[in-house]
Amino acid sequence: MGNPNVGKSVIFSRLTGTRTIASNYPGTTVEFIKGSLKLGQEQAEIIDVPGTYTLEPTSKAEEVAAEMLNEGDLIINVVDATNLERNLNLTLQLLGRQAPVIIALNMWDDTHHRGINIDTVKLEELLGVPVIPTVGVTGQGIRELVRRLPEAATPQVTYASSNERWAKIGDIVSQVQSLSHRHHTWRDVLEDLSNHPAGGAVFAVLVLAATFFVIRFIGEGIINYVGDPLFNWLWTPLLMKLSLALGSGGFWHDILIGKLINGEIDYLQSFGLLSTGIYIPLAVVLPYIVAFYFVLGILEDVGYLPRLAVLMDTLLHRLGLHGYAIIPTILGFGCNVPAVMATRILESRRERFIAATLISIGIPCAALQAMIIGLVGQQGMQYVAIVYGSLFASWIIIGLILNRAVKGFSPELIMEIPPYRFPPWRIVGEKLWLRVFSFIKEALPIVLGTVLVVNILYMLGVFDFIANIAFPILTVLLGLPKETVVALSIGFLRKDVAVGMLAPLALTAKQLVISTTVLAMVFPCMATFVILARELGARDTLKATGIMIAAALIVGGLQNLIL
Amino acid sequence: MSQKIQLALSQMQAGQTGTVIQILGGRGLIRRLDALGIRPGKKVTKTSSTLFHGPVTLRTNQTQVAIGFGMANRILVEIDTST
Repeated sequence: MGNPNVGKSVIFSRLTGTRTIASNYPGTTVEFIKGSLKLGQEQAEIIDVPGTYTLEPTSKAEEVAAEMLNEGDLIINVVDATNLERNLNLTLQLLGRQAPVIIALNMWDDTHHRGINIDTVKLEELLGVPVIPTVGVTGQGIRELVRRLPEAATPQVTYASSNERWAKIGDIVSQVQSLSHRHHTWRDVLEDLSNHPAGGAVFAVLVLAATFFVIRFIGEGIINYVGDPLFNWLWTPLLMKLSLALGSGGFWHDILIGKLINGEIDYLQSFGLLSTGIYIPLAVVLPYIVAFYFVLGILEDVGYLPRLAVLMDTLLHRLGLHGYAIIPTILGFGCNVPAVMATRILESRRERFIAATLISIGIPCAALQAMIIGLVGQQGMQYVAIVYGSLFASWIIIGLILNRAVKGFSPELIMEIPPYRFPPWRIVGEKLWLRVFSFIKEALPIVLGTVLVVNILYMLGVFDFIANIAFPILTVLLGLPKETVVALSIGFLRKDVAVGMLAPLALTAKQLVISTTVLAMVFPCMATFVILARELGARDTLKATGIMIAAALIVGGLQNLIL
Repeated sequence: MSQKIQLALSQMQAGQTGTVIQILGGRGLIRRLDALGIRPGKKVTKTSSTLFHGPVTLRTNQTQVAIGFGMANRILVEIDTST
């Protein structure tokens, strides 16, 4: 238990060995996570909860924390040693409860950098519970923390009012903490720069530009130097052998390898489980997942995101959000699912609805982006730019509309800005691996399933049926051949596979732009839909879906007229 | 000659330090600010403002906090012009 962004998740990882995502901004953890720790002969269950400043919650994420508190037999209060005074506010509230408390005084190494000296022995004496200095990211102090768990105590002191509590805190801090001078470090220089109003904006543009280039560089690098060579030199010959063995055609051949195009395997068009089913997630999407999450992980851990939130706050207010909503939005560029979940850090229902809807409509996930770059990019990057531009414009315009249309309030920004930190490379690597592994574990089966479903539906002639019934209007409105309806419907399962289905249709550049834009916007993929339903509730999800479909058709129609 | 002036946080200049006197708002606002350590009697330093009435950042103790402009308008601060 502890304030946001103090290192709870890192300590949790250390104690349980369960890997979790931890980052340098408040609001990383939005739901509770359970793990276990072996204590002597027994297994103890440990729960990581979202951070909260007080026991009176102000957002959904904080509510989760407050609820879990009732379930605990022992509370490990993680305190940020560089922010003692504010952190003690929660601590004193916890000390008034029945469960025993032990304090992990985390980020201990940072106190030395900042010239903060804390007398932990005295603090222990004054609070009445054990206080152990820890450094979550290196593991320092964890062993002692575990060793002293039995000493956790319940002073059960309560304070009549918040003023009284703060007075006590002031008293404790003055006895326990002293500050000494320290030199201006590079971190302070960076702080000053990003805080300056104009300098901050310039800095942000630079950071964003650098982000695009690095992601593209790493993504394309992996595709060109690792993925494609592996597939072309190793996998294709193997598959061709299998293809011959299966007689170059027939049921099993089509399911496993797909259709041969001009006697050869075309990874985008063949649509077999072993060809397209593996190529799309591993060779097209995975490189961009790695690239994106590598860069995002660094941005997160350095602590830049909250500063970006401050910069974007004014703009986002026009869309019915506030600056903080930039964090779930950026997460959406990786995958919409954790992004929608992250909207829990927003305080009002209205904001959560607008943010989640905008993410699902206008923010393409990494898988979709990778396929768009791969397929539309073949016609020229300017077309990819048009797709992105359309999505961005829609995001803004729909946000403006929702701001007027949706009732309720959007509170003002109030948020802690963490200091710049750089985690050890090991932590960056662990987080990246965790996300990549999640992607492979979760997305790969769905992609394979989707490819299989597509093949079966083709064989049953369902697609011809749909294409004939559906929407001559679509053909007129969007200027697309009726077969694209098929790709659009598969978009409900997986967007990357759906883009792949556009490949054999020999569309013009303009049609590719329209179809991919509509595909990105029209409805969320199955995984996102499930999460939306969970976070927004059935009625709001249907509303959001309706908005998406309408918006997609309008934008597609406009593109058809203008391009 | 030192002079004590009272003004809103939003009117302070970047780099100035003052003591919070009062928060002109309802219980909700007071509570949210209190949780982050902003309450009467506390010394705060304004670190920056953003363009177009954007959020204001300030530093109290070791923490940096960003607050919306509207909220910053309602935090009354006393500064000592001799500093």
